Amino acid sequence: MTGTTRTIKVDTLARVEGEGSLYIKLVGERVTDVKLKIFEPPRMFEAFLRDRHFSEAADITARICGICPIAYQMSAVHAIERALGLRIDPAVRLLRRLFYCGEWIESHTLHVYMLHAPDFLGYEDVIEMARDHREVVEKALRLKKIGNRIVQLLGGREIHPISAAVGGFHRVPTKQQVRELVPDLEWALAASCEAVQWTSSLEFPIFEQDYEFVALRHPDEYPFNEGRLVSNHGLNIDAAEYEDHFQELHVKHSNALHSVMRGRGSYLVGPLARFNLNYDKLPAAAQETAAKAGLQPPVKNPFRSIIVRAVELVFACAEALRVIREYEPPAAPRVEAPNRAGSGQAITEAPRGILYHRYALDENGLILSAKIIPPTSQNQRRIEDDLREYASHLVAWPLDEATWKCEQAIRNYDPCISCATHFLKLQIDRDA
Amino acid sequence: MSSEKKKSRPRIAVFKFASCDGCQLSLLDAEDELLAVVGAVEIAYFPEATRTMLKGPYDIGLVEGSVITHGDAERIQEVRRKCKTLITIGACATAGGIQALRNWKDVDEFIRVVYASPQYISTLKLSTPIAEHVPVDFELRGCPINKYQLVELISATLAGRKPNIPTYSVCIECKRKANVCIAVARGIACLGPVTQAGCGALCPSYDRGCYGCYGPMETPNTASLTDQLRILGQSNDQIQRAFRGFNAWAWQFRQASEECQRK
Repeated sequence: MTGTTRTIKVDTLARVEGEGSLYIKLVGERVTDVKLKIFEPPRMFEAFLRDRHFSEAADITARICGICPIAYQMSAVHAIERALGLRIDPAVRLLRRLFYCGEWIESHTLHVYMLHAPDFLGYEDVIEMARDHREVVEKALRLKKIGNRIVQLLGGREIHPISAAVGGFHRVPTKQQVRELVPDLEWALAASCEAVQWTSSLEFPIFEQDYEFVALRHPDEYPFNEGRLVSNHGLNIDAAEYEDHFQELHVKHSNALHSVMRGRGSYLVGPLARFNLNYDKLPAAAQETAAKAGLQPPVKNPFRSIIVRAVELVFACAEALRVIREYEPPAAPRVEAPNRAGSGQAITEAPRGILYHRYALDENGLILSAKIIPPTSQNQRRIEDDLREYASHLVAWPLDEATWKCEQAIRNYDPCISCATHFLKLQIDRDA
Repeated sequence: MSSEKKKSRPRIAVFKFASCDGCQLSLLDAEDELLAVVGAVEIAYFPEATRTMLKGPYDIGLVEGSVITHGDAERIQEVRRKCKTLITIGACATAGGIQALRNWKDVDEFIRVVYASPQYISTLKLSTPIAEHVPVDFELRGCPINKYQLVELISATLAGRKPNIPTYSVCIECKRKANVCIAVARGIACLGPVTQAGCGALCPSYDRGCYGCYGPMETPNTASLTDQLRILGQSNDQIQRAFRGFNAWAWQFRQASEECQRK
């Protein structure tokens, strides 16, 4: 096999959110080139956020991603609340956790069953999978719907919900309304435990990497909206220090920027990182289910992220039930947010990993500048590093199978290309 | 499914342009209807959901997103040629989307200020809706679309009947829900009177003004609403921002946003 040149090419990556392609060049057993190309067109959110009022940021940034709008809303409102020096009601804080539970349930179920599982079982898509596994898919759809139901109750609708606001929510649910979610969530908790069992029975390639995992860490809870940013290699910083430690690089082949840790290179964000860094904060139900499935931190095989997502489903259902038990409506849906100048940063845990927002505001509450770094641009370099290593294991495979395996390796990260590209560099076409 | 059966079912394709993916996700979010819908049609091209990518022609093409690159301006022509019925889904495809806010900026200056090295990527100056490029058979409104309207639209198209999608304003939906008018009773700025129904009057039901994500209703009186918003104490800048949202480039909102600065 010396010197034979082969290329693995996927012109349109399927079962990912947004538009990308893959190019890998192998010479003999050596991978000489890996390009995860992103050709999703640039929409320039950070630019047109300027001169908008801070109260509009949650609605506008939600439109970066139809899959995880709540993540954008949460990072936006927390960063702006920091800029304004606001303190939110503890009941609102709890509700925001419930809101995020809904998004994690919806998004993780979508990825585990509809986007990722078909790879493990050799189906082109979930529709084909449903022919042989109808019951599994029907359960998945019900689970996904329960996640959406939480989002609907708190936010009005599942995509681009309308209730999140700086200082709280526009309207909060009654105790009775959140209690009505309990029977569904009890079913969802059991279904999520089954999901862990089911995903752990899949076959996994033998592939481990020495990752730097990066996630939020909170003293008392599995992270959503608060905590310090930590890693397994000693990072421990506040959101305000993020830009001192991370850097965005522009590479020619991608329309999205690559985020790297200064002086250290690629890193991994998302379920694997959260699980490995916050295992001790998982509720007992999630830890036990993980242990039964043979999952102990550190998990270093990215293909096993599908099981970790299922474990996070168990967490999200258990956490939603906890929040509902404790919930007493706040005195007011939101605290007043008067205009004032300031700047603030926030990091929250989107389903795919940490999402950083920074805003500077003027004395009228208008946005002077905005910076947004989504999880997929942070994982992009890491995905290429995985492929560089993994593709060299596939030299002897038929090309179509090797290609599919590489696609699966990309889908380990549940990449959201629409997100990653919102801040693209752009070039003017003067003929336009 | 056998290949014969496949042939007899209408072929659906889903195409993405500049967008957030939310509108095509609405199809996957129709959890109760999804298996029935995919039983009635053949999903021939839908990269977000499947690796199978079958060549055209297609009976129904659903197009999400606006046109903001040269390549996409060419691709939409190709998409139109391949689709018997072309339906745009959502505010980006129908009105240019939130990214149409660039349309009022000097993009050259914009880039110099915001972006350090603008090489490698080609972007048009304007974000434009699909109908500015090719004939469109139906435009489904909303940011995001209403999944029930999408299912209704697909069913109606397959049955060859007119879809039941109202073009009246959000106000009608508020009345139907017996909402007390937040603009009249509480003085909250609301675009409901000029915005097409479809969301179920969500924002007013959550104690906030409508922000127009379904775009202009059939015959909106934006001048009258602008006057009313001034009476409620809104500044020209605030009124302009209200019209310059997710449907900013829809001509009725575009005109309203430009006129409110002149007075």
